[in-house]
Amino acid sequence: MNLLAEVSGNISSIGYGLAAIGPGIGVGIVFAAYIQATARQPESASLTRTYLFLGFALSEALALFGLVLAFVFRSST
Amino acid sequence: MGDQVLADTPFPPSVEDFYLPSIAFGSWVTKFSLLVWLAVAFVIIFFLVAYRNPKLVPTKGQWLAESAYGFIRDGVAKEVIGSDGLRFAPYLTSLFLFIFMANIFGVIPLAQISPMAHIAYPIVLALSTYVLYLYLGIKKHGLGGYLKDRLFPPGAPWPLYVLLTPIEFTQYFITQPLTLAVRLFANMFAGHLILLVFTLGGFVLLGSGNIALAAAGFISFGMAIVMTLFEAIVAILQAYVFVVLTASYIQVSLSDEH
Repeated sequence: MNLLAEVSGNISSIGYGLAAIGPGIGVGIVFAAYIQATARQPESASLTRTYLFLGFALSEALALFGLVLAFVFRSST
Repeated sequence: MGDQVLADTPFPPSVEDFYLPSIAFGSWVTKFSLLVWLAVAFVIIFFLVAYRNPKLVPTKGQWLAESAYGFIRDGVAKEVIGSDGLRFAPYLTSLFLFIFMANIFGVIPLAQISPMAHIAYPIVLALSTYVLYLYLGIKKHGLGGYLKDRLFPPGAPWPLYVLLTPIEFTQYFITQPLTLAVRLFANMFAGHLILLVFTLGGFVLLGSGNIALAAAGFISFGMAIVMTLFEAIVAILQAYVFVVLTASYIQVSLSDEH
C-alpha cells in the first residue's frame, strides 16, 4: 500500500496543548485585572502585587501539570 | 560537514537529556548535587561575609544582603502573614535565595542546568513547607481544631459539607504541596527543554545542507539567546512565587477564622 501521509509523534503533546488553553486564559485574566486595578488606583499596585503572583501561580499550575503528564504518559516508541 | 553535525546532534531533546553521567562515588555525586551544594555554600558565605563587619553606612555587600532580606521581610513575611510573620522572615529569605541560586544555574554558562529540573529537589523543599504549615496549624489550634477549621469551614449550610469537605481535604493536604513541587520542577524542566530545542535545533538546521534552512538556524540561535534572558526572569519569578505561596500557606494555618 502506498503511504500518502503520515503523522508521527505523540498524542500526549496534543493533550498538553489542550491543557494549556484554560490556564492561558486564566493567566491572561489575572494580569488584565491587575493592570486594570493599577490603572484605576495606582497606589494599590504594591498592595495587589502579591495577589497577582498568587493568582498567576495558581492558574499556571494546571498547564504545568499538563506538561509533566505529557512526558509521563507518552508511549515508549 | 553537514551530515556529521546532523548525526551527532541528539535531536529532538528528551527526558534522557536530564540524566547526566555521575561525577564520582557511583551515583552519589552528580552535576545536580554539586550545584545544590554550591547554591547552599553561596547563600551561607554571602550572608556570613556581608554581616561579618556590619557598618552603620553599609558597604556594597551589606547593602545587597540587607535589601534581599528587607525585600522578603517587608514584601512577603509582613505583607502576607502579618506582623506575626516576622519570625519566618529569615527562613523565607534563605529559602528564596537558595531557590533563586539553584534556578539561575540554568542560564549560567558551564552549569547550564538547574538542579530544580529534577523533581527530587523541589519535592524536598515542598515537603519542608508542608511539614511547617501542618506543624504550625496543629501547634496553634490543636489537631482537632486544625482539622475542623480546615475541613469544615464555618458559615456553610450543613448539606454543603458533603461537597466542601472532600474538596477542602484534597486542596489542603494533597494538591497544595503537590503543586508547589510540580510548579518549580516543571518551570525549570520546561525552561531547559526550550533552550535545548533552540540550540540543538539550530545545529540541526545549520547542518541540513539547505541554504534557507541554514539561515533559519541562525534565527534559532537568536531565539536561544532571547529564551536565556526569559529563563533568567523565570528563575527569579519562580523563587519569589515559591516563597509567597509558602508564606500564604503559613498564614492560612495561623489564621483564626477560615
